This record gives sequence, C-alpha cells and structure tokens, in this order.
Amino acid sequence: MKIKHTLDIKIFNAISYTVVGFLGIVTLLPFVVLLASSFSSEASIIREGYSLIPRDFSLQAYSLVFKEPDEILRAYAMTISLTMIGTVVALFFSAMTAYVLYRKEVKHRNKLSFFLYFTTLFNGGLASFYITVNNHLHLKNTFLVLLLVHMFSVVYILMLRSFMQGSLHDSILESAKIDGAGDFMMFVRIVLPLMKPALATIGLFTALGYWNDWWTPMLFIENDKLFPLQYVLYRVLSNVEMAASIIKAPIAVELPKETLKLALTVVSTGPIVLLYPFMQKYFVKGITVGAVKG
Amino acid sequence: MDELKTLYDIRKHKVLYMMFLPIAIYFLVFSYFPMAGIIIAFKDYNYAGGIWGSAWSGWDNFAYFFKSGKAWLVTRNTIGYNVVFLACYTFFSVAVAIFIAEMRSKWFKKTAQSFMLLPYFVSWVIVAAFVYNLFNYEFGVVNTVIGWFGGEPIDIYGSPRYWYFLLPIFYVWKWVGFGSILYLAAIMGIDQECYEAAVIDGATVFKKIYYITIPLLMPTMIILVLLGLGRVLRGEFDMFYQLIGNNSMLMDATDIVDTLVFRSLVGTPDFGLASAAGFYQSVLCFVIILAVNGAVKLYNKEYSLF
Repeated sequence: MKIKHTLDIKIFNAISYTVVGFLGIVTLLPFVVLLASSFSSEASIIREGYSLIPRDFSLQAYSLVFKEPDEILRAYAMTISLTMIGTVVALFFSAMTAYVLYRKEVKHRNKLSFFLYFTTLFNGGLASFYITVNNHLHLKNTFLVLLLVHMFSVVYILMLRSFMQGSLHDSILESAKIDGAGDFMMFVRIVLPLMKPALATIGLFTALGYWNDWWTPMLFIENDKLFPLQYVLYRVLSNVEMAASIIKAPIAVELPKETLKLALTVVSTGPIVLLYPFMQKYFVKGITVGAVKG
Repeated sequence: MDELKTLYDIRKHKVLYMMFLPIAIYFLVFSYFPMAGIIIAFKDYNYAGGIWGSAWSGWDNFAYFFKSGKAWLVTRNTIGYNVVFLACYTFFSVAVAIFIAEMRSKWFKKTAQSFMLLPYFVSWVIVAAFVYNLFNYEFGVVNTVIGWFGGEPIDIYGSPRYWYFLLPIFYVWKWVGFGSILYLAAIMGIDQECYEAAVIDGATVFKKIYYITIPLLMPTMIILVLLGLGRVLRGEFDMFYQLIGNNSMLMDATDIVDTLVFRSLVGTPDFGLASAAGFYQSVLCFVIILAVNGAVKLYNKEYSLF
C-alpha cells in the first residue's frame, strides 16, 4: 500500500525528524568531540579550543598514557575482575532468590518479597551504612567491599521473578519433579538455562553498575592498589597533578594536561561503548519489561 | 497453630528456604542492620563505642543540622531540582516516544535511538569530563565559539544562575533515551485498530496523537510521575557530585541532601551532621512514599507498590 503524504503528515514529519534528529546529534556530539580532541595536539587545544575533527593530529597523550601503563592496567584489571566476578555471583544468587519467590509451594513468598522490598522504601542513611561497613564489618580497604556494596538489587530480583512468571510453565517443573529432581537441581538444570535472555539483560545492568562505580572506592578504599578505573579517572579529572603521578612523569616535564585527561577518559570509556551495539537489544528489552511494572 | 503451620511449611520446603537464605543474610547485614543503626542520629558517635556503645546526645545533631541553615537549603534544592527534572524528563521522553512511534524510516529511528541511549552507558564521571570540556573558562567549546564572534568568555563554573538551566539539560541528556524507550513500549501496547479506525474517519496525525496516543498514555505517565515524586527527596547524587563537586561558588545553588551527607563522610567524617541529615531524609522519604503509594492505589490498585 502506498502511503499518501498529506499536509499534516508532512508538517508532523518535519517537526519529528528535526527534534529527534537534533537530540540524536546532541547526545552523540560530546563523544565525538572527546575522541577528536584526544587525538589533537595540546597546543591546538589551548590555542583554538576543542574541536569536532582532530587538529594537528597527535598521539602524544596516548603515548604518555601507555608509556608507564602499570597504574592504568592495574585499574583495568581491577574493574574487569570486579565486573566479571560480581556479575556472575550476583546473577546466580539473584536468580536463585527469584526462583524461590516464584515457586507457589513457598507459602510465605509474598512476605519474603516484602522483606526484600522494604529495603527500597526505607534505609538507615549513609552515615549508618558507612559505620556498619567500616566499623562493624571491617571491610574498609578490601576487595570485598567493592564487590559486595553493589552486588544485589531488589529491583533486579523482582524483575527476574516477573520474567519467570511470564515465561516458565508450571508443567515443566511438574514433570521434572515427577522425574525426581530436587528443588535446587530443578533451578540449576531447568530454570537457569531457560532464563538466559533475562539473565543477559539483568547481567548487563549489573555489569554496568560495577563498571561505572566510583562511589564505593571513594568512601571505602584508601589503598591505591585497589582503585578501579572510574575512580582513577575521577581523581585524574579532579586534579591534574594526579595525572602526572599516574603516568609517573617527572615533575619538571611540561605535561599536555588537557589532552592527557581526554585520552584517559577515552581509554576508560572505550570498552563499554564498544560493547554497546551488541548490548543494546538486551537493554531495550530490560528497560521495557522492568521499569513499567517492577 | 499458625506458627506450627509455618514451621511445617519451612520443613517441607527446606531446600527452597535455604536457597533464599544467602540473599536474606545479605540484606539483613547491608540493609536491616544499618536501618537499626539510624539511631546514631541521636548519639554522639565515636569509633570505639560503635553504633550501640556511643553515648546518647538527644536532639543535638538535629539542632546542629537545622541551625546551620543547611537543612532548609538542601531540602529546597533537592525538591526543586527533582521536580524540574521530573517534568523535563517526562515531557521529552513522551515527546520523543510519540515522534519515534510515528516515524516510518527504520534506520533513522534506530540510529537516533542508539545515539540517545549512549549517555545511559557512561558514568557521571565521564559526563563531568564532557561538561568541563564544554564550559571551562579557558578553552571550553562554548567560550571558544563566543570568542569567534568576538564576545567575552563567560565564567560558567563561577556563576550559579547558569546551572539552574544546565543541570536539567544534562539530566534530560542522560536519561531521555532511557525514558523514551519506556514510553515507546507503552505506545506500542496501544491497540492498532484505534488508529486504523481514526484514519478511516479522516483524523490527521495531530488528532490521532491528541485524541488517542496521549489519553491512552496517561495512565503510564501518571504512575511513573507519581513514582518519581515518591523519590523527590532523594537527589540525583552522582550528577551533582560529579558536575559540581566541591565548587564553593556553586554550593548554595546546587547542594542537595545526598551531597551534603556524602561530603560530611569523606575525608574527616562529621557523623553528627551526616546522621541527622540522613535520618531526616530517610524518614521524610518514607512518609512521602507511603503517601504516593496511597495516591497510586486510589488511581489504580494494580500499580501500587505494596
């Protein structure tokens, strides 16, 4: 069928394509400026400001970042191991809990859900949390604190339960039960494999949380060997002298401060943005399922 | 009798209850224990005494918090910014969702959506770097452009008035991709027959949107706005802390409860102020959520939180 373009459609299209196109450009632009400027020379930035295309193409900042890459690589290793361990552990236990809340045999499942949900309605405040972690759990300056603080989210657990309610059929579990499978085995052998798309979605949200976390190290970590990437970046951006110490430059050397910051930003954003096209599908699904009815 | 039944139920399904245990312990330790610890707002905290052993100090911490003048300031800022954020976010998300729903060009839709979702993936640390690139006094993009036209550079990091507009703009910038997907899903759930019937009756695009899309989107919108209002006293902490940081010139215009509490805890902690402000926020938040939930329940029982 050929669609007739009447006047109202033409006007509407003009407005909608302009507005959405404009927003698309505005959201993309900073990324382009960041990338282009990080490949520009320091002098051109100081002289003419940032730009959309690299001016005086220069790799100076990047070569400085990677000349003494120990700190950066350590932060990378930190972030990657946190993200991987944290996501796998969080997914397994979250799914297991969701499965318990999904099983109708558990008479008190609504009370258990509310026990979890209540923590999103009321909390003891940051001061009390800080004292709990520092003083009572003695987790300050440990790898564990970075792993645990953001590990479980009630919203994700309840989302996983909704996924199960929508996609699992009682008959599958019934037949497994007749075959003699225990509750835990049923979860591992049947439920987990069937939940793969949901796990991918929640896994991505969790992984993103770990990757972008600068808050936990800022509150609980003083040992710079434990700093993850985003926190290193934060320190560099808020204090240029920090940049010098990260790349172990002698104080006397005149540093390309601006491009160095930009290059570090690119280096720490890179992986997540590169993965983005592959993740997008899952994200869209997750946002759609999760947020309207949590 | 009931206890017996419960015990029997737990014994019968002990594996399932055991599977719940790890998460239960996690939330007991990381949520319920600090909840009990909220009493430090009424204590003169010291490290040796911990939460339970420190001496009581009555309302001293609250007196300090309210007399410092900070209480009113951060309350006003937190609520003010959140209301503006919520309004802008809802408006742009709904508008973009409606536009995208009507678009025919698949690739345009997809590309624009991908770009708009990009900010969602990066931390506010990165966004702060962008903002600095845009607005710094010496070679920020904005001042560079002003320079081309022969104007005087603006000291944006030194003048609060710009941030009343910039903060909502960056909020929308970060969240519009996310929000539009949310509302787009709601639009996709609308029965297509409504539109077909309207077209046969000669409705224009504008009429379709005004008489079908918007009214049918209303329930979702009202629920999401109400839920947003439930969080009105919890600020977008990451954003404020990263974009503004400890900039004293912008502090009064941009300090929110969350940044105040966080700042009192890093470095040399001031537990008195942090715990009083935290108590104030938690309790008020809880009351607001209860009220909002009541409102949602009145509107549509299905969507109530509990």
